[in-house]
Amino acid sequence: MAAGRPGAAPFAIELRGISKAFGPVQANRDICLQVARGTIHGIVGENGAGKSTLMSILYGFYRADAGQILIGGSPTPIPDSQAAIRAGIGMVFQHFKLVPNFTVLENVILGAEDGARLGPSLAKARRALQALAREHELEVDPDALVEDLSVGHQQRVEILKALYRQAEILILDEPTGVLTPAEANHLFRILRGLSERGKTIILITHKLREIMDITDHVSVMRRGEMVATMRTADTSPEALAELMVGRKVLSRVEKGPARPGRTVLEVEDLRVCDAHGIERLKGVSLTVRAGEILGIAGVAGNGQSDLLDVLGGIARGTGHVRLNGRALDLSGRGCNGHARRKAGIAHVPEDRQNLGMIMDFTAWENVAFGYQGDPRYRRGPLMDNDALRADCAGKMARFDVRPPICDLPAKSFSGGNQQKLILAREIERNPDLLLIGQPTRGVDIGAIEFIHQQIVRLRDAGKAVLLVSVELDEILGLSDRIAVMFDGRIMGVRDPATTSERALGLLMAGVDDDKGAA
Amino acid sequence: MDLPTALQILDSMIRLGTPLLLACLAGLFSERAGIFDIGLEGKMLSAAFLSAAVAFVTGSVWLGVLAGLVAALMMSAIHGLASITFRGNQLISGVAINFLASGLTVLLGQYWFALGGRTPSLEGAARFQPITLPFAQELREVPVLGLIYAELISGHTALVYLAFALVPLSWWLLYRTRFGLRLRAVGENPAAVDTAGVSVVGIRYAAVAICGLLTGLAGAYLACGLSAGFVKEMTAGRGYIALAALIFAKWRPWQALAATMLFGLLEAVANRYQSLDLWGVPLPVQFMQALPYILTVVILAGFVGKAIPPRAGGQPYVKER
Repeated sequence: MAAGRPGAAPFAIELRGISKAFGPVQANRDICLQVARGTIHGIVGENGAGKSTLMSILYGFYRADAGQILIGGSPTPIPDSQAAIRAGIGMVFQHFKLVPNFTVLENVILGAEDGARLGPSLAKARRALQALAREHELEVDPDALVEDLSVGHQQRVEILKALYRQAEILILDEPTGVLTPAEANHLFRILRGLSERGKTIILITHKLREIMDITDHVSVMRRGEMVATMRTADTSPEALAELMVGRKVLSRVEKGPARPGRTVLEVEDLRVCDAHGIERLKGVSLTVRAGEILGIAGVAGNGQSDLLDVLGGIARGTGHVRLNGRALDLSGRGCNGHARRKAGIAHVPEDRQNLGMIMDFTAWENVAFGYQGDPRYRRGPLMDNDALRADCAGKMARFDVRPPICDLPAKSFSGGNQQKLILAREIERNPDLLLIGQPTRGVDIGAIEFIHQQIVRLRDAGKAVLLVSVELDEILGLSDRIAVMFDGRIMGVRDPATTSERALGLLMAGVDDDKGAA
Repeated sequence: MDLPTALQILDSMIRLGTPLLLACLAGLFSERAGIFDIGLEGKMLSAAFLSAAVAFVTGSVWLGVLAGLVAALMMSAIHGLASITFRGNQLISGVAINFLASGLTVLLGQYWFALGGRTPSLEGAARFQPITLPFAQELREVPVLGLIYAELISGHTALVYLAFALVPLSWWLLYRTRFGLRLRAVGENPAAVDTAGVSVVGIRYAAVAICGLLTGLAGAYLACGLSAGFVKEMTAGRGYIALAALIFAKWRPWQALAATMLFGLLEAVANRYQSLDLWGVPLPVQFMQALPYILTVVILAGFVGKAIPPRAGGQPYVKER
């Protein structure tokens, strides 16, 4: 199964027949995995394929129902995180496990203190951190508060935490989701260096390009099973995608040339302050025309969310926004989601689970949200539940929502199917402008394809689409024009056909090729 | 105002501020670990009752204190069980403790002593006696400083000195020890502690236990130090005032000392000046007595600047994958 095993040295980590069930759901079934010491091993799979469960078992969060874990050739039970740490396993979670108002040093020693008094531990950690920083390009100010650090630096703190605990096996869960391309490259350099020094690295990601770029071996999980393990050099992204989904997948969005018409949305000098009085949008101007998709690229947190919120009527701002030539209310009583919907704006929010749906409500209730006052859905003063259910059933059929059961609560659907429900609700209202944030975050590859097709179809029907995504591939694949946001400003607008990913990456980091650093 | 009057007011501030200080530190440990505790009031009340009852029966104030500690610890155990083990709502658990204590103390008091819920008056060794510090009498003649030493610093009961010593001790424990680091981390991001291989549940129980011990001391001081026996509802909202002081202090020990002494001072002033003329306008006695509570409302309404509570406060920790 595994290839390229160096000599007869035992595997750094070996899983034999790991199974884990949650009630009737078999999250992991008879998983076998061998990872050679000093290699970078990728694990890919769709959401719900069982990657997270497997890693939780490795880190002692869950106990496997059956199977064996071997570390360095000897069977090692891992009943809790303490045991995992003792076995030399370090974990860098997707959502960092850091205490925001502690210093870097305090975060590093937490749980690994040498004695009851902190002083000696802190001094020892300070020396250790200096050594690690020199060796691995992991410079971080030890006295900085974690909340003041950039996301990339916070991730370094997580890696430092693992290394300070003498981790030999480092597991990273979706490590690049929150990083700029430059930060991601730096991370990969660090990981390369670590593997060259004999550390074993397991990288969990859904970004196939990263797998191809950095791993030595790759394993594919599907529906709880490990379906393939191979040398990365012997495979291709297309082959991996097919293994993950179990069928052929279109990796590129198929779309014809855009035929932009009249201007639908005009934004001029839009400014937004957050609850702390910090200016999040610092004078944004842009236009979106009918029949085109304007993609907003940028690292999360550079104002894209605020732009969507204020256009969607959730947040307030100052400036001028015109829809079809009519000014929108940005700060008065007309600034609310309902008014925006009436004006012809549909909004698929970034935070699907909190703003897009009510997770405990049924699918048919969710499909009506925002439009519940529609005469179609009413019978006198009451809601016409039969009409709502029938409407929901139709939407489920047209948008291929599975399972097509109207009475199921929203939380019982997968991320992709939740998103399809929201899309059905917003698109079928025939809006002039669709605001859509992170359309495929947490969505499986198969559903991504479908969602992208729907967005393109809306464009071809002559509607304007404002797309916000942190996935550069998605922006490049869907957009007819790309605006890059950095620090609350539009850094520039580019044509995707003539712009390289590298150029976009620089803009996303606030560097303008034409003007030098901004 | 002359020096002796000022000293008397300050002396009274220390005596009245001490139970607030103890309760505030109790809340500090609990809330810094992410367990909100609105039940400080109920814990103090049950400790006050049981300490007075045992002190009366045994004639020993120290056995009374011990009983007070046990009573508050038991209430803490209920709160811990509800909010840590069973991941219940911490506010509801706290309110339940307040009701439980309020009813149970009177019920048991009536059953045991048949005095309408009161305990008999404590006398002699059943009550805390003032401790005269060395040379207090001799130094009295030294101008100003001698008087301050004799009047203000000397002559308090043991728990007052203990409460003041607990301030630097709490600071040291929270900021200079492994336990403190973990406790503060658990209140900010328990997942970080959990993934570091440390038991979140263990730390939170330890914090809740410390909270119980400190409210136990506060209650015992109320019944056996400040008063001479238990009276129905004798805590009179001190648990809530301590919570307000905790927010005022932004969950830090030295600031807790300052905040609770401010409340103590208001109470002392209200006791001393039953009515006050303010630029010719007479302030009624009710207003003076309401001052600490008015300040509480002002503080809780957020007029003291931004107070950021521990981020994981009030949330039961559920291990996520």
